[in-house]
Amino acid sequence: MTLASRVIPCLDIRDGRVVKGVRFQGLRDAGDPVERAALYEHQGADEIVLLDVSATPEGRGHALETVRAVRSVLSIPLSVGGGVRSADDAGRLLEAGADKVGINTAAVSRPALIGELAERFGTQCTVLAVDAAAGTTGWEVVVESGRKRTGLDVVEWCRKAVAVGAGEILLTSWDRDGTRSGYDLGLISAVSAMVTVPVIASGGADRAGHLVEAIEAGASAALIASILHDRDTTVGILKRALAEAGIVIRP
Amino acid sequence: MRRVTIVPTGTANTASVVAALTRLGAEVGMATPRDVDSSAGVVLPGVGSFGAAMGRIDSLGLATALGERIEAGRPTLAVCVGMQVLGRGSEESPGSAGLNLLEATVGRFPHGVTVPQMGWNRVEPGPDSRFVEAGWAYFANSYRIERAPEGWVGSRTDHGGEFLSALEKGDVLACQFHPELSGQWGARLLDRWLRCVEMAA
Repeated sequence: MTLASRVIPCLDIRDGRVVKGVRFQGLRDAGDPVERAALYEHQGADEIVLLDVSATPEGRGHALETVRAVRSVLSIPLSVGGGVRSADDAGRLLEAGADKVGINTAAVSRPALIGELAERFGTQCTVLAVDAAAGTTGWEVVVESGRKRTGLDVVEWCRKAVAVGAGEILLTSWDRDGTRSGYDLGLISAVSAMVTVPVIASGGADRAGHLVEAIEAGASAALIASILHDRDTTVGILKRALAEAGIVIRP
Repeated sequence: MRRVTIVPTGTANTASVVAALTRLGAEVGMATPRDVDSSAGVVLPGVGSFGAAMGRIDSLGLATALGERIEAGRPTLAVCVGMQVLGRGSEESPGSAGLNLLEATVGRFPHGVTVPQMGWNRVEPGPDSRFVEAGWAYFANSYRIERAPEGWVGSRTDHGGEFLSALEKGDVLACQFHPELSGQWGARLLDRWLRCVEMAA
């Protein structure tokens, strides 16, 4: 297999700015999305994820403008999520320049949405974003920035979503998000073993070793945010470390 | 002039193709049957299913005009499902006939590999490739063509076995990957194709 493991910077967007918090709270400014996206592509990013974390309809309008602006400079794939409630919402993001659309809360409320997106835009456009909270025996799907538990088992939810058309899973450990304590490897390997579609590991990266572990646990890609925004490292440094660990990357 | 017409095969991904071509100095418009015949350059993008893409091409009445320009080797860029619909048919949509310009059928990737193939994979150009150079391209596909039809130069990629990542003939370039999403390597490839559009204008 020669498919390269991907390193994907994630930009959380609120009112046209990049923000980052810890466990989805305490958001702080982390720059201009167009500048950040262009910089990370230049450093060797394999894809960019934009997550709209706006809380208001005005913020949602900003998000479409941000997608258009980022698309105009970006020559790598752009995956966009946050607040997508319908196939029409997804269509607007794709028209603005997204290549894939992530759905999360709305898919939990109405699982048929996954199939609607896959039918209209293709499975390769349909990303299931899952926020997972560790429990005593497994992981539970949480929604609304982690405030609401759903009772759904993460592994079972991912399996069902893939069966009805999800083409990729963006798997975020709510417990690790922004903490820089390493990815939840048990979560990654449990989901990767259950599905044939790519799994993107998210939540907790602090150093290259964490990305290596996530990929060895079965992830096709590793999402990173805080460590880049805080300028502690670059995509290029991380990818060279992956290559040294024997992982196939796009140089 | 780098004037290019895009066949509107559906919502998905057209914006990325337009953005990439615009960055390279192209003037981009959307196609009517007349444009497909008269434009120096035509792009056939494609995301979604084989059957849906063929349905769009038929309902727009573009099949004949597309067939004629591709047979004539005029500058035409087909991307992803756009490449697949040049074939006879696909395992994905058994009821749909393709444009039948390639002696090839489209099959699903075998079991045991990640499907969709979503990510960057290595492209090895054929010995006589004019457009494609060796490098890494971005793919997002579950189906592919395995054997090069006669008269076409094929580039190869491995995902559970070799498949054709690009085909070239005259000024026609068909890519299974997304050149518009393949970074600077993809931009250089598009630029080489746009030079043919300029020559034909």
